[in-house]
Amino acid sequence: MRNFLLRRILFAIITLLVVSAVVFIIFSLVPFDPAALSCGQRCTEQIIEGNRIKLGFDKPLYMQYLLFLSGIFFGRSYGSGSAAFNCPAPSFGYSFNENACVTDLLRESLPVTISLALGALILWLTVGVSLGIIAARFKNKWPDRVSSIFVLLGTSLPTFVTGLALLIWVTIKWKLVPLSLVGYTSLFENPFKFFQYFILPWITLAIAYAALYTRFTRAAVLETLGEDYIRTARAKGVKERTVLFKHTMRAVFAPIITLAGLDFAGLIGGAIITETIFNLPGLGRLTLRSVFEFDLPVVLATTILAASVVIVMNLIVDMLYAVLDPRVRI
Amino acid sequence: MAELLRIENLHVAFPTDDGLVRAVDGVSLTLNEGETVAIVGESGSGKTVTGLSVMGLHKKGSAQLSGSIHLKVGDSSLDIVTATDEEIRLARGRAVAMIFQDPMSSLHPYYRIGNQLAEGYLVHNPGKKKEALKRAIEMLDLVGIAEPDQRAHEYPHQFSGGMRQRVMIAMALMNSPRVLIADEPTTALDVTVQAQILILLASLQKEFNMGILLITHDLGVVAQVADKVSVMYAGRIVEQGSADDVFYKPAAPYTLGLLKSVPRISTHGSERLKAIPGQPPSLINLPIGCAFEPRCEFSTYAASDICATERPDLLGISPTHLSRCHVAEATRDRLFEEELKEVR
Repeated sequence: MRNFLLRRILFAIITLLVVSAVVFIIFSLVPFDPAALSCGQRCTEQIIEGNRIKLGFDKPLYMQYLLFLSGIFFGRSYGSGSAAFNCPAPSFGYSFNENACVTDLLRESLPVTISLALGALILWLTVGVSLGIIAARFKNKWPDRVSSIFVLLGTSLPTFVTGLALLIWVTIKWKLVPLSLVGYTSLFENPFKFFQYFILPWITLAIAYAALYTRFTRAAVLETLGEDYIRTARAKGVKERTVLFKHTMRAVFAPIITLAGLDFAGLIGGAIITETIFNLPGLGRLTLRSVFEFDLPVVLATTILAASVVIVMNLIVDMLYAVLDPRVRI
Repeated sequence: MAELLRIENLHVAFPTDDGLVRAVDGVSLTLNEGETVAIVGESGSGKTVTGLSVMGLHKKGSAQLSGSIHLKVGDSSLDIVTATDEEIRLARGRAVAMIFQDPMSSLHPYYRIGNQLAEGYLVHNPGKKKEALKRAIEMLDLVGIAEPDQRAHEYPHQFSGGMRQRVMIAMALMNSPRVLIADEPTTALDVTVQAQILILLASLQKEFNMGILLITHDLGVVAQVADKVSVMYAGRIVEQGSADDVFYKPAAPYTLGLLKSVPRISTHGSERLKAIPGQPPSLINLPIGCAFEPRCEFSTYAASDICATERPDLLGISPTHLSRCHVAEATRDRLFEEELKEVR
């Protein structure tokens, strides 16, 4: 187990290095000069050149990359003298557009995205898995048909439609949830406001995912119910309820966890559409804004962050799998 | 000898999109204490379906059952065909248990062996977790698994095929069932392990005085352990009798065909294996006459074309030896005697 872990962590680090290098190279090829972009209205060659030196764009590419990497571990300062500014570790660069360290921008938006993704995950797992079990249990009967309508709607309606519909009907017409103008409140500060703030975004995201999970769970349960070992359980005289919730669900659990881990990782990269509709200052919106403004340090950082979350989640899922499935004990 | 199981005129059919599949078509047999009854036949002849019917393991709605299966439960008798789900569930494990064909897939991959065994005991003795685990270890020991108290903590994938089949047997015996249905218990195993498992089953049968319904296509296995034999073809019993009767005085052409097709170490050099020509009929469109008629080499000896037009009944040659064939007994005896000479 320890060797496996060490090996996997080593691989994860190598993958991250490769991903960050590739992203770095791609962004260096973009035909925009970040130094010029952040120059302002009264721009002169000197200011651009000054910016370039300040941001380190005058150095060769590999040096820029090494500086970027060392910034993550040791922090980085830009410029010199009284105009110097310092981004402490972990530093992912400096956004000239925002005049802020990228790390601070991430630090503001990451909690929003995590809250969004985590809440949606809990919601869609609960709804999707339960509906899937019910659909499988009552295969071809009315509960199955109702759930298949839900699956069809959930998979075919894009989030910008469900999101906008929720916003229009629930918030504006029926006024069930007040339109939040105050912005993000942390769960620990004010749980009630937190739920009020996130409930519609959660539902929007969860509907799409719950539909997929309903379909997946239904198929997995039905497949498992046909397994020989389920027949063995019945032959022992085990109650049908126990057959379903213990013997069957135990086997269905592992693949669902895998799927959930990867989907969650994908969402941390930013649920751009949902965040935009509900005006959530999360990672997706940050990325979107940076892309439009050619704020390359931020784009670079969010891309690498999204990649790392996927890699780390993969590692976690693999370890969970080893715990859940005795056949993969390492 | 007390009667444990009496199947009477059992029909099992499965509705499909192509039509009704008549998997079992009027099967009757009895099983007594301490007795081994073998059901022999090729794949798709209805052997396993018969076994699963006794366990009540067909899905409601997907199988149509008629006839009756009288199973001795406690001191009374339960008709599995008409019993409620709960009655059948309570009979499983105690009155009747089953060993399945494939020990590789019949154990739950995610649970420890000891717990899987204990579960069967706990179903009928709720709350007695300690006793259940103790009994599980006893049973593992009984079926010849070394260091049972340690192996009880292992998972199925840590066991070899033969060991898993032993585990399956141990699991079936957790509640000392009166009837044990063994569905091809040795098919997935290699020959040396097969013998061990058969010897094990025989000794356990003595110990528990169980009736064993042995489902197999392996005539070698039948010859070793069976007291009575029912030969099935296309969902029907074509011959039924004591093992000696069926092996030495076969009275149905299909039984003869099976006996002839057993591979043997021949002195005549490279002889081809004698197979029964043709394929078994579709269970959706059974022939009007004898189901075996299209493949039968003796149908010409019967009166006119009766084999193709009329279904033969299961008739007694002696009170305990029944066969389904239109060919007159005397003619059949003479013809079969010729054929059997080659075999012996």
